Amino acid sequence: MAEFKLPANSIVGKGKTYHAPAGAKRVRNFQIYRWNPDNGENPRIDTYEIDLDACGPMVLDALIKIKNEVDATLTFRRSCREGICGSCAMNIDGTNTLACTKAIDEVEGDVKINPLPHMPVIKDLVPDLTHFYAQYASIKPWLQTVTPAPERERLQSKEDRAKLDGLYECILCASCSTSCPSYWWNGERYLGPAILLQAYRWIIDSRDEFTGERLDDLEDPFRLYRCHTIMNCSRTCPKGLNPAKAIAEIKRLMIERR
Amino acid sequence: MSLRSPLGRVRGLGSAKEGVSHWWHQRLTALFLIPLVLWFVVSLLSVVHADHEGLKAWLARPLNAGLLVTFLGTTFFHAKLGLQVVIEDYVHTELVKLGALVAMNLVVLVLAATSVISVLRIAFGG
Repeated sequence: MAEFKLPANSIVGKGKTYHAPAGAKRVRNFQIYRWNPDNGENPRIDTYEIDLDACGPMVLDALIKIKNEVDATLTFRRSCREGICGSCAMNIDGTNTLACTKAIDEVEGDVKINPLPHMPVIKDLVPDLTHFYAQYASIKPWLQTVTPAPERERLQSKEDRAKLDGLYECILCASCSTSCPSYWWNGERYLGPAILLQAYRWIIDSRDEFTGERLDDLEDPFRLYRCHTIMNCSRTCPKGLNPAKAIAEIKRLMIERR
Repeated sequence: MSLRSPLGRVRGLGSAKEGVSHWWHQRLTALFLIPLVLWFVVSLLSVVHADHEGLKAWLARPLNAGLLVTFLGTTFFHAKLGLQVVIEDYVHTELVKLGALVAMNLVVLVLAATSVISVLRIAFGG
């Protein structure tokens, strides 16, 4: 059966509190999930009091400040700090998003930060995305053709190029897939919204000649049809994309080719 | 522990090349059920004060019997499709899943057959 309760060694306990320096005026609590694979302890929530007057505006600024000035053991991924690499995807204030583009101001009360839901945790805020990336590789995210490679570029009309808008912007941060209950319960076989949006990106590329084979590979009760259109994916996407619509389009093409 | 590659695990047994019919039939039966449920509710209201004989006479009319059989068939088919999804979503032990699916199909089939036969018996003056 699906697991609705955390196993005993995953139950989250209360951790340490790191107080703000004396004289800090604008203090916010950051409650952050901590788990270390090396000490055999259960996960815990540590509280960091941060003086917002001495911190940048984004949640990622606070995380970097904590790591640099308060607690160097805090572990998280980050790279571009401008919403294009997808590394710092995590659950902030109950919603999956990018720490670098989420303003601290947008959160009311304590800022609660957890790793992306229902993924194996490597350490603290770092989830194991191996399976997610393997699923991405499985949809062959590259141009496939029967026609031999031309001498020059493969041309595409402006209208056909416009079909990729709203798809090519996906940075594979996994926020949508890890917000999807179907992906939680059946992620082993269900490809999830991010990968299906990427699959659709190649299915409607006018230059690709393997549309049929791509649809064949998706035509499966689990790979595609675990989507029950609850739209968590589109609500959470930090880039404002609509994976649910892409999945609906794939389902439409499945009907069209019958 | 498995040393299988992550991509090997994802590719697994390959695609089942089905699922479209299930999805399409679920949508189609849902669509059919909108007018059928409306008809059923309105009809029930129209015979709510009828006695047993009056109800039997209403049911014996071919159009009423036909619509009721369609309504029952569509409802149970739609229920079967929906319950199948629930089981597939939440039951992860292969043997238990197979058993639950077989049992669910049997129960729905018996319920559908019983209800349709009941209507037909009255319709054919049983």
